Amino acid sequence: METEAPSMENPKISAYYQTRLAHFGVVSTEWLAQAQSATNPNPPLPSSSTNSHTDKDTNFSVIDEFNRWRNHPDLAEAVAAIRALAAVISASKASTMMQLEIELKNASDTLKAWDTTSISLTAASDLFMRYVTRTSALEFEDFNSAKARLIERADKFGEISYKARKIIGMLSQDFIFDGCTILVHGFSRVVFEVLKLAAHNKKRFRVFCTEGRPDRTGLRLSNDLAKLDVPVKLVIDSAVAYTMDEVDLVLVGADGVVESGGIINMMGTYQIALVAKSMNKPVYVAAESYKFARHYPLDQKDLAPALRPVDFGVPIPSKVEVECSARDYTPPQYLTLLFTDLGVLTPSVVSDELIQLYL
Amino acid sequence: MKDQSNSSKQQKPKLTKAERRELQEAQRAAKAAAKGEGNKASATATSANARPAKAVKPAQKSDNASVAATEKKGGDFPHEKDRKKDVPQPRLQYDDKSRVEKAKRRSVVKQTEARNRVELFRHLPQYEHGSQLPDLEAKFFDLYPMHPAVYKVGLQYISGDISGGNDRCIAMLQAFQEAIKDYKVPPEKSLGRDLTAKIGSYVSFLIECRPLSISMGNAIRFLKSQIAKLPLTLSESEAKTSLQADIERFISEKIVLANKVIVKHAVTKIRDGDVLLTYGSSLAVEMILLHAHELGKQFRVVIVDSRPKLRGQQLLRRLVEKGLNCTYTHINGVSYIMHEVSRVFLGAESILSNGTVYSRVGTASVAMVAHAARVPVIVCCEAYKFHERVQLDSICSNELGDPEVISNVPGRMDVNHLNGWADIENLQLLNLIYDAMPSDYVSMIVTDYGMVPPTSVPVIVREYGREQVWI
Repeated sequence: METEAPSMENPKISAYYQTRLAHFGVVSTEWLAQAQSATNPNPPLPSSSTNSHTDKDTNFSVIDEFNRWRNHPDLAEAVAAIRALAAVISASKASTMMQLEIELKNASDTLKAWDTTSISLTAASDLFMRYVTRTSALEFEDFNSAKARLIERADKFGEISYKARKIIGMLSQDFIFDGCTILVHGFSRVVFEVLKLAAHNKKRFRVFCTEGRPDRTGLRLSNDLAKLDVPVKLVIDSAVAYTMDEVDLVLVGADGVVESGGIINMMGTYQIALVAKSMNKPVYVAAESYKFARHYPLDQKDLAPALRPVDFGVPIPSKVEVECSARDYTPPQYLTLLFTDLGVLTPSVVSDELIQLYL
Repeated sequence: MKDQSNSSKQQKPKLTKAERRELQEAQRAAKAAAKGEGNKASATATSANARPAKAVKPAQKSDNASVAATEKKGGDFPHEKDRKKDVPQPRLQYDDKSRVEKAKRRSVVKQTEARNRVELFRHLPQYEHGSQLPDLEAKFFDLYPMHPAVYKVGLQYISGDISGGNDRCIAMLQAFQEAIKDYKVPPEKSLGRDLTAKIGSYVSFLIECRPLSISMGNAIRFLKSQIAKLPLTLSESEAKTSLQADIERFISEKIVLANKVIVKHAVTKIRDGDVLLTYGSSLAVEMILLHAHELGKQFRVVIVDSRPKLRGQQLLRRLVEKGLNCTYTHINGVSYIMHEVSRVFLGAESILSNGTVYSRVGTASVAMVAHAARVPVIVCCEAYKFHERVQLDSICSNELGDPEVISNVPGRMDVNHLNGWADIENLQLLNLIYDAMPSDYVSMIVTDYGMVPPTSVPVIVREYGREQVWI
């Protein structure tokens, strides 16, 4: 699969960000090569996973399945992983529950190893494993019925995750009132869904987009929002404090939601949350529930690093170091509410949910 | 009327509000477990057991601080009436002479009220230290109803040989194991109720020696619920073995194994180049530091210590033996050294439902300084020490230690300014044992359930309650 090749050529860029870049056609010097090597930019979504299995031989590759699902740009990576794992259960030739669990564990480890820096991938795989194997169906005598039950739960989890964005969109509508100004950082498909739905409901609001260097997410988002006739204003990252007075609420997505209730998101989120807190503006996070991860960072350096080279446009002398981390950690005290498919929650609920699931 | 009852109940243990509350909590669960029948049976059983031994006991223990005692009891009076209804064990009822007599006969430990008590802490018991031990040691072979193992543990508590939440809990549980092994059901009595009553009497004795810690309270609740859950079809020996096995499992799972899990989670938070600060001597923290050192991580340790116990010195000795790089300082230097520190690891006596951490006095100050310096504070505590109680300050429930140790500095005879402090009317020395740290100062709690934020403590208490192993 071609999109995997770049991860080997350029190990400095985490595969997670490469995928995101690959999906969105913002052209730059580094990505032209990727775009050229991609043969099939928009393959059709696979209809049913079972059809493909009949012509596969015994070594069913979960990575292939994953990539097949992942190619659709609208599909979140984690959902693709969940669907792939569900497919593993269907295709499994195991005859006992223990074997099936081992197969699932191996598949999940393979997926996680594909990109170790992606938190939502790891979180989704872990949650899937817990959710699926937690069923009391495991006590059934008949393996086939137990397996059918597992497949049912897996599909259900996949459906929930897939629909998560719609649910979050609907839940957040109450928080966007007429005449409000929303500050958005980073390109989160969930946040975009929220704004799209609000525009569709004929709400009057305007959006400030941060430029989002170095990914230039702001440019992309402002493009898309302009197409929806939403008034957009682009601000450079340093102008956030300057414009914060006019802002009514801050809305961001999340790469992962950690156990303390904080979030890991694109670089710059922490800064914005700090400014918002000091000016008493609410910070809302829109995140699906499969992003709840069992990490607990205590400070910024506690995260697994995900590096992203920054292109300044001019060559930098080699003696100068560049901070190229792609994401930061925002502690829970700066977040007001989380919009998830489980409902609108406070940050402290994340740990409650995780404890109940992992107990 | 008050004076009369006063002189006759001199040596009765002064169960104060806080103690009664704790005892009441522990026994409310027992009451719920042995509902309906247990009340009268246990009360009479206990006093019946106590009577033969206690009749010998002389009632004369003249205490000159009776004035202070009177005032206190006057204030406490209305509360006893309320508690009278739902507590199986007889409480201190100052107008009810028969109950007072019973309590006096029941008590094993003769306690002298301390002099010069601090007004704010009158609700906590305070006795002269060092006065009971020789007397009790002499009575070791006399006391029929008290099992020698339990008696021994009680003495060890009084003398301070065993201190520290885990040690006390384990010692108590092992003593109970012994007691259960030697227990024989009296004829015409059911094992469940009688054993519960017996355990209750042991617990009262231990309370008189030293107020229960929260972890001990939880362990006792567990034991009583296990007794209550015994199926009636079991024979006596089967029941006893099952209970002993339960206690064994409790100790190994909730304490020993829990500590191992805590260590496994917490070492992931130690990185190379870290400077870790710890206060006093906590078993969990010590295990974490040693394990991290074994894993080859490069870090420094700062041990903050405080008088009068100076327990950090023992930790220091053990760490230096294993080759760790240590710095030792007193608590008055903590704000000076905090800017060098990257993480703070603290132990806890208990964690309450609102996230308040109840631990050795001084821990809250260290956490406060760490919070001000934006250093993450990690509290390591086994889940069996969690409690559903809520506490807002360190005053309403605490323990008072011996004030003498404040006035004496061992090894420094020239520091004798406080000699004879007890004679000075308006001088009171206060030796608090515990303090309560608000949840804002805590970044993370490491338990055997993993790493959780302080807001998740009630969830764990609730989930714990659902498991069959626990209450």
